[in-house]
Amino acid sequence: MKIDRRSFLGLGLGAAAGIAVSPVGVKLTDDSSIWTQNWPWTPVPEDGEITYENSVCSLCPGSCGISVRKIKGRPVKIEGDENCPITGGGACLHGIAGLQYLYDPARVKTPLRKNGKRFEPISWEEAISTVAGKLGEIRENGSDTLGLITGGAQGSMTGMFRRFLDAFGSSNAFAMPSLDANLELTAQTLHGAGKTLGFDLENSDFVLSFGAGLLEGWGSPVACYKANSSRKERHGKLYQIEPRLSNTAANADKWIPCKPGTEADLALGICAVLLSKNLFAPGVYPGGLNRFTANVTKQYSPENVEAITGVKAADIEKLAVEFANAKNAVAIPGRGRGDQGQSLREFAAVQTLNALTGRLNKKGGVFIFDKESYLSFPEAAMDEIAEAGAGKDKQAASLDELVTKINASDAPLLNALFVYNANPCYALRDPKRVKDAFKKVPFVVSFSSYLDETAMEADVILPASTFLERMEDVPSGGGLAKQVVGLARPMVNPVFDTKNPGDALIALAQAMGGTIAESFEWETYEEALEAIAESVWETLSEEGYAVVAEGNPEGIPTTNFAYMADMPDAVQAQGDGKLILMPIDNMRLTGASSPFAVKTVSDKVIAGKDVVVEINPATAKGLKDGGDAVITTPVGKAKVKVFLNEGMMPGVIGMAKGLGHTYDNPYVAGKGVNVNDLIAPVIEPGSGLDAAFGITASISKA
Amino acid sequence: MIHNTKAHKFGMLIDLDKCTGCGSCMVSCMAENNVPFKEDESRKKDSITWMRVYKLTNGKSFPDTEVVYMPRPCQHCSGIGDHGHSPCVSVCPATATDYGYDTGIVSQIYTRCFGCRYCMGACPYHARYFNWWDPKWPEGMENYLSPNVSPRMRGVVEKCSFCYHRYQLAKDKAYAEEREIEEMEYQTACTTACPAGAITFGDLNNPAHKVTQIVKPDPHPVPGNPKVVGKSRNPKVFRLLERLGTNTKVYYMSEREWVRKAGDNYLDGEWDKVKNHHGAETSHG
Ligand code: SF4
Ligand code: SF4
Ligand code: SF4
Repeated sequence: MKIDRRSFLGLGLGAAAGIAVSPVGVKLTDDSSIWTQNWPWTPVPEDGEITYENSVCSLCPGSCGISVRKIKGRPVKIEGDENCPITGGGACLHGIAGLQYLYDPARVKTPLRKNGKRFEPISWEEAISTVAGKLGEIRENGSDTLGLITGGAQGSMTGMFRRFLDAFGSSNAFAMPSLDANLELTAQTLHGAGKTLGFDLENSDFVLSFGAGLLEGWGSPVACYKANSSRKERHGKLYQIEPRLSNTAANADKWIPCKPGTEADLALGICAVLLSKNLFAPGVYPGGLNRFTANVTKQYSPENVEAITGVKAADIEKLAVEFANAKNAVAIPGRGRGDQGQSLREFAAVQTLNALTGRLNKKGGVFIFDKESYLSFPEAAMDEIAEAGAGKDKQAASLDELVTKINASDAPLLNALFVYNANPCYALRDPKRVKDAFKKVPFVVSFSSYLDETAMEADVILPASTFLERMEDVPSGGGLAKQVVGLARPMVNPVFDTKNPGDALIALAQAMGGTIAESFEWETYEEALEAIAESVWETLSEEGYAVVAEGNPEGIPTTNFAYMADMPDAVQAQGDGKLILMPIDNMRLTGASSPFAVKTVSDKVIAGKDVVVEINPATAKGLKDGGDAVITTPVGKAKVKVFLNEGMMPGVIGMAKGLGHTYDNPYVAGKGVNVNDLIAPVIEPGSGLDAAFGITASISKA
Repeated sequence: MIHNTKAHKFGMLIDLDKCTGCGSCMVSCMAENNVPFKEDESRKKDSITWMRVYKLTNGKSFPDTEVVYMPRPCQHCSGIGDHGHSPCVSVCPATATDYGYDTGIVSQIYTRCFGCRYCMGACPYHARYFNWWDPKWPEGMENYLSPNVSPRMRGVVEKCSFCYHRYQLAKDKAYAEEREIEEMEYQTACTTACPAGAITFGDLNNPAHKVTQIVKPDPHPVPGNPKVVGKSRNPKVFRLLERLGTNTKVYYMSEREWVRKAGDNYLDGEWDKVKNHHGAETSHG
């Protein structure tokens, strides 16, 4: 069914007219209903006392508080926790669907070991001793050949994994791209090391978003929704700059379409206007302001920026003045969710705009936080091998570089690899290249809960209990204006033979003996957490949350213009196709995935087993709405369906992220293609970030 | 002993300017009400979503395109003249769907429904869904099912109940404590889930409830169209296909005129006449 407005309401009218004419023998049907229906085949859920327990969701970096409704101890529903200092209640669709993850068909139910191409179940004892034995051999021949990939870089669980690497004698810990890492890198570049950025959206009266998908899952999604709603009540403004009419753009006061990947140029154009009009705020600028002013006004005149971005020169000038004059304004960086395909150039350009207009540490502006850690690990015990390993350089500056280096080297660069809370063989650009690299690592240990694309590449899987089955500290991140840590508690006993990854790690360390075991002298992870998080433990364990930092920090931090004054080059989309293929972050799809969440996805995104791409009718010459097409990029080809969308900038093809999974969950996987298969990474010089915001492409009728 | 002297009339207001299209309401509804799912849910006709979020556009081309999301639960129609003859209730041969005069809620009794689907044809809002298959959960997943809502079976129609079981639970509690239920004690699962706070739910018969204060329903029939009762006196508030006299209890709100206009099918030039009837200034009462 086409669910546009006309058919939805139009069909309704016709149907309503039919009400009066429906002849039926009432008695007859009533009788038939009685004898046909005794439904033995539907489940009868057990009834009992209703209770509520609070925890924290860790499906994404949002760290939202949740309240789990139980019936006779059995969890039946997840909702938001009204006492959560991050959200104040409410939850996103993934958190609400959380119980489905417990029984996900793709869950790893016991430890597994690969035998040839297949996995065979083994006991925990055997799994631990296999891994410990193998790691023991590897350590003899070069401890720094053990690598680690984690999802984020925060929290005690990642801390435990990194500690294991320290004690083992390796510094090769890598994390997946994240908004947090991008914000830290930005803060470090402009304001000094050990800092990060938080955006005071709740108090801002003018949010200028350079593509940040505030309603697409950027940062802490529920907190962003709340801030957006409160903005409407406060009559604050949101201007959204991006090539596509996203939900954020649709909800904004103004949508400013710009060509893909030119958000930074627009930010620089605005800076140039402010500097040439002397509209900038006094600040502490230790280096490079004059050089930046000279370069930016020369290269980024409104006319030049119009040519690059497609935004009219006059509009750029107006926007600059409006932003400079707004009281509590803030500019936010990070396309979509702000994690992948980002450049330091964009983040720094946007933050420079904040600095020049005096938004640092101001109400409704951007806070430059010291990265507070509520965690303190005791010193790890180090033997000679560990000391020697600690002195060695990391094999690569970033995960993407690591993948490239592994693929380029003949001898194995890493002999063993741990993967925790990350799915790089799906989520990085050009995942085939990542899988190739995994194949070149002789021993891969996965701590996944699901047999996902990356776990499939493992040699041993030590299955992790899900967030509802284990205890863990969940630190907030995602550009929030406060730093909070929540405590996730087990809401249910592990459904399968899984462990808290912290416990698996302790068991592994104990089995390895020596100083590694000494570095993990805890009985359980829970005991470890209590000791490591001692500074906040009382509040955390009693209230479920502890606020680590809140409110705007004192003073105005310095802003160093050296990086921006060098006028770093923009990363260009690879290839020479006429169109640009751009991944779309969609709240219902990106990130976590459950049967319920996928069910909500529009038929303009998934049609049967196909992915639907968005394209402006003016660009889609010869293509029909709903028709089949083939997209070709320098790295791949895919069969797609077409959705003609006026909300798409001409020249751009949009494809949803989060599809094309290949694991064993028919409700979620086997639909469409993984957009990453069509995009190659483009590394930004200097930052090492994969800054490919898209790739050039062509599309033709299938 | 407390007697229920005054009937409730539960209703909802959805602020379309706040709705972000995030889908939390849809999932919260499914999880609350044991709604099943299939491998392929992209054929939206047979995809059971008591709450469905539609996407409306203003039909303009780039860059003047605008989009708004419109969550659509069952509208709990009170029928012509507000007499409880909802389109669906009137056609059900099995009395499997009924109008609750004490709540204003249109119920669905699965064990009576034998699947003739007349109600689906009668509902102007596509709020009803048919179970073409038995529900099937992956191994173990039945463990999260709630005992407060019975799972449905092949061959019956289902739809949004305004989370009636939540009303029952709240009412039982209030009854035991010998008091009336409070506004916040009975809220639907979509309302409590919405992270944008776009949904307001309450008793349209209770002037103290927030929903009533925003909607300001006019108790008098609309002049010239006596089928319509309960029209909002808030110029930003409208109902879907209001002129039919289905007298829905789900109201929508938007600052944008094209959105309000999208709530009905208007002939050329008709909207300008109709919209003038749409404000506090011109409405009586
Ligand atoms: S919206 Fe449809 S199902 Fe609901 S009461 Fe009205 S006619 Fe009946
Ligand atoms: S009121 Fe309850 S049943 Fe109706 S749409 Fe909302 S959550 Fe679903
Ligand atoms: S939960 Fe709220 S914001 Fe999200 S789609 Fe539903 S009504 Fe809209």
